Amino acid sequence: MKRVYVNEQWCLGCHLCEYNCAFANSGLTDMVKALKDKPIYPRVHIEQSGDITYAVSCRHCKDPLCVKSCIAGAINKQDGIVKIDKNKCVGCLTCVLVCPYGAVRPGPTGVAQKCELCLENSCGEPACVKGCPNNAIVYEER
Amino acid sequence: MIDQYIYPEFEVVRNQSRCISCRVCERQCANEVHRYDTDLGVMLSDESKCVNCQRCVSLCPTHALKIVKSDCRLRENANWSDQTIKEIYKQANSGGVLLSSMGNPKPLPVYWDKILINASQVTNPPIDPLREPMETKVFLGKKPDKILRRANGELITQLPPQIELSMPVMFSAMSYGSISYNAHASLARAATELGICYNTGEGGLHEDFYCYGENTIVQVASGRFGVHKNYLEVAAAVEIKMGQGAKPGIGGHLPGAKIVGDVSRTRMIPEGTDAISPAPHHDIYSIEDLRQLVYSLKEATDYKKPVIVKVAAVHNIAAIASGIARSGADIIAIDGFRGGTGAAPTRIRDNVGIPIELALASVDQRLRDEGIRNNVSLVVGGSVRSAADVVKAVALGADAVYVATAALLALGCHLCRTCHSGKCNWGIATQRPDLVKRLNPDIGSQRLVNLMNAWRHEIKELMGGMGINSIESLRGNRLMLRGVGLTAKELEILGISHAGE
Repeated sequence: MKRVYVNEQWCLGCHLCEYNCAFANSGLTDMVKALKDKPIYPRVHIEQSGDITYAVSCRHCKDPLCVKSCIAGAINKQDGIVKIDKNKCVGCLTCVLVCPYGAVRPGPTGVAQKCELCLENSCGEPACVKGCPNNAIVYEER
Repeated sequence: MIDQYIYPEFEVVRNQSRCISCRVCERQCANEVHRYDTDLGVMLSDESKCVNCQRCVSLCPTHALKIVKSDCRLRENANWSDQTIKEIYKQANSGGVLLSSMGNPKPLPVYWDKILINASQVTNPPIDPLREPMETKVFLGKKPDKILRRANGELITQLPPQIELSMPVMFSAMSYGSISYNAHASLARAATELGICYNTGEGGLHEDFYCYGENTIVQVASGRFGVHKNYLEVAAAVEIKMGQGAKPGIGGHLPGAKIVGDVSRTRMIPEGTDAISPAPHHDIYSIEDLRQLVYSLKEATDYKKPVIVKVAAVHNIAAIASGIARSGADIIAIDGFRGGTGAAPTRIRDNVGIPIELALASVDQRLRDEGIRNNVSLVVGGSVRSAADVVKAVALGADAVYVATAALLALGCHLCRTCHSGKCNWGIATQRPDLVKRLNPDIGSQRLVNLMNAWRHEIKELMGGMGINSIESLRGNRLMLRGVGLTAKELEILGISHAGE
């Protein structure tokens, strides 16, 4: 299955992936309208320590702890992709607590959200990958 | 003493209605132009630091930025231009020589743009390169003057050593040190994929790039940095650098601050020492001396590799080239006055040397007149900007061209001409690790391959239009060229007729 991978060697820490992610998941067609003067809730995050930076998003684990831990049965795995059903999520954030990568975070409405590979939003392919200026984030089979 | 204030050259124009304060501009600017003010909640800029490299403009996700030329001008004066006066202020402030980078930006004539190419109509058919074979392969090196046979009538087919190129273009010399590891990796990988050559410049060859040796020309310059047995043996050809188009007659100086880690090891000089290339080779003061170095290098490489001698295009270039052709060199490379550089004194860059078009035409003619054109191949550089320039250069007599500025542009360079600052935001002319990583060689080499493939298509189209199906039949074919708006003397030197003749 194709996944999002990050080559830390090429990550510039520019944070464009976060903004492209937030825009792709905003449901709007204009980036300014979607992101200007608002807090953003990206599903990919830049981790940084000194000069080292890299983007982290959901690994779509083989045996996901978030799925196991969800008290509402809102998280499940379909065709290898871990998905959250917004309507079922009760916002207990247990998944945020258990995710070893910090890839699940609360969204603007309090329910948990995470990378679902942009397959169902307006981008149609991972927006972080498409907009990365240095090919540091790739979407490939490994 | 307080420095004379000089108003910033550029203004950063931010469309606040589009800016989403993502701070990409701030993070990407090595000159620290942009900053986010947490109290005001807006991005601010200090334009005095801006060099107009356009990194922020290119990466701004909402296209909220543009850089414009400042219109704060000194009182207009046709003799004392704004720039001339400000250069006086800078020198009065610092007492130093003005430094510049990349090629001569002055509005001196570009002869390529005053030469037009022929096409076939009615009397001889044009060729469609998509339907018919079209040869762009060239071989550089000494060619035999006549067919020789053994006593039994068999042809003697051994040739002196040659470089084989899939198209008549090579990436010219840029040293590791003046450009980054990733820029070198991009050039090396692209040259290998394209079947052409790139040139190490005078900074030696990084051990990681020995695997691209068959597509590498190694340079031996006046500083002799990084020259050793394996360096010479791994290459496709060895180039002796006598001069450079951007700064003829002077040497080079890479500051000790840039001689760190791998650069120091590759140049074979201690960390932190200045890398000074003397203006002359201290062992070359005549053609006879040059011959000694040419044959020393041939001896060292077992006569298996062509030796190139690179000179800047200067006033007596035809006589100089004639001497080089008799020195035993296999290839002469001539670099015109518009050629780029990582750093040169401004006065030298802008005022020394001659246009490559005139130098090429006069050298080719002189070597023909003296019957020694086959002794050498001719390679020219110094602002070859497009496939049309390549075709014009070949028709004027070049065997191949050297491109460097165009290659750097493909890698992302925006010609801000501040390479000498060492803070290249595009990861090219810098050794700062956080900036070097901005050039991913996967992307860089692919863009170079794209550019050269595009040029190859265009060269074929232009040749096809003329009814020519091989670079060999275009070389020195000056009947395919006409001049526009040139004087009789210029046409005479170029050896072409005026349009309409």
